[in-house]
Amino acid sequence: MKPRVETPPGTRVVASALGALPFNLLCASVLCVLAAHAPHLPAWYTAALAGLLAARWWQRRGRHRRVSGWLRLMMLVAIPVVVTLVYGTPLGQQPGAAIVCGLLVLKVLESESTRDARMAVGFACFILMSALLFDQSLGSTILVGAMLLPALATLRALEPGLPERGWLRAFRPGAVMLAASLPAALLGFLLIPRLDTPLWGSPGNGAASTGISDRMAPGDLQHLLTDNAVAMRIGFDGAPPRAAERYFRGAVLWDFDGRSWFPGVAATRRRSPVPVRILGPTVQYDVTLLPSHQHWLFALDVPIDEPDAAQMGPDHTLWSIQPINQSVHYRVASATQYRLAPEELPRAVRAAALALPDGFDPRARALAAAWRAHSGGNGAAIVRDALELFHDGGFAYDLEAPPLGRNSIDDFLFDTKTGFCEHYASAFTFLMRAAGVPARVVIGYQGGYWNDFAHYLLIRQSNAHAWSEVWLPGRGWVRVDPTAAVSRVVLAGTGAAGADVAGDGGNWWLPWQDRLDVINRWWGQTVMGFDTITQARLFRPFGIDHASAQILGIALAVVVFLALGAGALLASLRPRGKPLDALARAQLRLQRRLARLGLVRGSSEGPRDFYLRTAAALPGQALALQELASEYLALRYRCCEPPPERIRVFVRRVRQFRPRRVVK
Amino acid sequence: MDTIARGAGPGIATRVRHWSRSLMRGRQPEPLPVRLDSHRIYIVPTRAGLGFTVLLAAMLVGALNYQNNAALLLTCMLGAALASSMLLTWRELHDLNLRSLHADHGFCGARVPLHLAFADDRQPRHGLRISIDKLEQPCPLQPGNSLATVTVPTERRGWMALPRMQVSSTLPFGLFRAWSWITPAGHMLVYPRILRDARPRERHDDPNDRIAGGDEFANLRNYRPGDPIRHVAWKASARHDHLLVREFDRAAPGQPLRFDWNALTGVERETRISRLTSWVCDAYAAAHPWILVLEDRRPIGPASDAAHYHRCLSALAELP
Repeated sequence: MKPRVETPPGTRVVASALGALPFNLLCASVLCVLAAHAPHLPAWYTAALAGLLAARWWQRRGRHRRVSGWLRLMMLVAIPVVVTLVYGTPLGQQPGAAIVCGLLVLKVLESESTRDARMAVGFACFILMSALLFDQSLGSTILVGAMLLPALATLRALEPGLPERGWLRAFRPGAVMLAASLPAALLGFLLIPRLDTPLWGSPGNGAASTGISDRMAPGDLQHLLTDNAVAMRIGFDGAPPRAAERYFRGAVLWDFDGRSWFPGVAATRRRSPVPVRILGPTVQYDVTLLPSHQHWLFALDVPIDEPDAAQMGPDHTLWSIQPINQSVHYRVASATQYRLAPEELPRAVRAAALALPDGFDPRARALAAAWRAHSGGNGAAIVRDALELFHDGGFAYDLEAPPLGRNSIDDFLFDTKTGFCEHYASAFTFLMRAAGVPARVVIGYQGGYWNDFAHYLLIRQSNAHAWSEVWLPGRGWVRVDPTAAVSRVVLAGTGAAGADVAGDGGNWWLPWQDRLDVINRWWGQTVMGFDTITQARLFRPFGIDHASAQILGIALAVVVFLALGAGALLASLRPRGKPLDALARAQLRLQRRLARLGLVRGSSEGPRDFYLRTAAALPGQALALQELASEYLALRYRCCEPPPERIRVFVRRVRQFRPRRVVK
Repeated sequence: MDTIARGAGPGIATRVRHWSRSLMRGRQPEPLPVRLDSHRIYIVPTRAGLGFTVLLAAMLVGALNYQNNAALLLTCMLGAALASSMLLTWRELHDLNLRSLHADHGFCGARVPLHLAFADDRQPRHGLRISIDKLEQPCPLQPGNSLATVTVPTERRGWMALPRMQVSSTLPFGLFRAWSWITPAGHMLVYPRILRDARPRERHDDPNDRIAGGDEFANLRNYRPGDPIRHVAWKASARHDHLLVREFDRAAPGQPLRFDWNALTGVERETRISRLTSWVCDAYAAAHPWILVLEDRRPIGPASDAAHYHRCLSALAELP
């Protein structure tokens, strides 16, 4: 009951000291934040911050010691410097996350008042949310959502009314509130109008972009081929295509500068897609593509129409005008047996498909010239020669490819002879062009893991692949996968070219993994893939064809209003009557029985008076009533904690007591 | 048209009157019991609540900008949870029922305890605070323990209207502050200020002084049969399991002290009252009988018991 200086509303809150319980919970919240960001920060950095947090907790345990201002100032300078040294820049998502995590720990170091702690909790919530910018899968969303609990518990512990060791009780309001507000949160999620264009920056630049980029240099794909993250999931209308046909076309690269391949001018020139002659049945399928921050939409080779909100390039590549910053869902039709541009190539296209930079790779050029002379310019024969070279020339598939020099093709073909898909596709296309066969590089995904439980194809980033297309007269652009010709595989399983296993062996838990992935797929389609287009169709069942931002805003306001109203109604409900212990219940039972005889206790009548009155009214049972009354009064008022066995006896005696009115 | 016109005139006036009365609810004295219904609870975000609003807005903009639905969902959940904590805060006060209260006797200038008895309900109200005259005092309520004590500042002797109390809470997260006003009808009596630096009574103030001898007692000893009952030191005895009796330097048990208003001349009126008050207190503490003589009133006493003590102090407090 120690009075403290009052703070009228609106005035500065007097900083009161931070207790042990809220401080411990604050440390737990910050530890959660560090854990949420650990996957994409350097391990030593996370460990250092966690160590600092632990040291602070230890230092403040039991005694209220402060951290010196100099130390904090030094850290304030050191954190951005260290992050800049590690990442090369303080800007960007990962350096930003590293810096804010450091600053959060610094805030804990200086937290001595409830006000500090509240600020730190708010800061921690924000940083928790930013962890989802790196990984918005279902698992990490649930995990991060659960990590809000310690933060809310800290807020609760900063308020009065908790026992010193009541840390479990501190979690209760947060858990209740999060669970109770889930419906409102979901409605808000559905109705908050999405932005058509980002307000600032391009969300997917730098290290944040994942998946295949539209540039290919030796070694570029290496990090992808070891990445087991999901790239997309594809559900087919009928049977899935055969394993050999599972090539998913992304970008077509025309230009080569001696080291890297680019889409080039021929691809970017605005032309209609080249004609395709469909030879077999077409395949209809739905694709859920996870955020790649790129423009490419992947489709089974070769797509014959474009989905909504996408465009088809002249090379039958699909691309979206907006970068894929959130999960997208689209439906395409493809032909697996086709002739792509079987008629004569336009001169400009042919020139682009044969262009090679001067002054690179003389030995490869000489080899190609020899093939050309040997086969008399027959494209199919030259392709066969090249594939034979890869098959029998001592080439190996290895993700750990040695570095290549200036003449990268020569070095690969004649020296290292070790590489993975992009080395082979690059070298093969170079050889074809040098031999006078129009050729180009295609990058995309190949293979995939068939989920037998829910019947869809799961494509991981490790399924990334590069192959070639050559143009042969009468047959058009023909897909050639030089990597498939390589016989010696050093590192099987992780690479796309190494069979169709995608890193999951035949384990007993495979069916369960399939089931789990079904949930992930649902999450990707419905939650991550919820975009402006889906949102605009939200009110179709109600006759509104296109829900504009205004309509959504009005609906949101209505929902907020209704939710608050419902909440107020729920909050005003409270249990009827008083909390009753066994003693009070027994006493009430006695009163009810007496009331049946017309002996009603008045609202201003104390128990003693009442029982005196009833005893007088029921002379036959006066003694029993007086005994009951005195026992009740003794149990109720004489001692704070009446012995339970006496209460039990009293309850039994009340149960046995039957008031009888004297017949007059 | 006719019915509307007829209905609207007095209707609006009545409504405005009702409305203004509901605005004033809690500010006008009202008889107990006072139940806090939903019409008299006010709630606004605290500074921390405003800070979190800004934070949530930043999270929302960030999630929308990065087109990250998982982050948006998280923001929605946190926002909904924090917003609905408003209802919990409101619930802390809603249906609070102040059944009765009684004020202790206190001296002017000190904080007088005010005992509040709330209706016992099933809901614990851990975060309840009551502020009286800008002093916030925590008074947590629990099922089975619905009594609270707050202190009231006093500035004037005499009958004082019961103070206006602000009942407030910021539970569960400190983001909202709900409050309501309760002004119980009734008055409490504040005894006059005790003059701490009261000059000891001088000989000429009181001719009985010499006879009465030391009103300072020397020590306490155990009760022996035959001791005058008024020498029992009740307060001290309460701390022991046997009776204690005060021994005086020069016991003059038969002679009560005489505190005479008219004998105190040359001092200001309030100082006079305060001086008499301190003397009464001293005499009561010494368990020495005394007589209080006020201007144009019958002398009170002699006696030395609690009833006499309170009668004297009340008379002093009620002096015009």
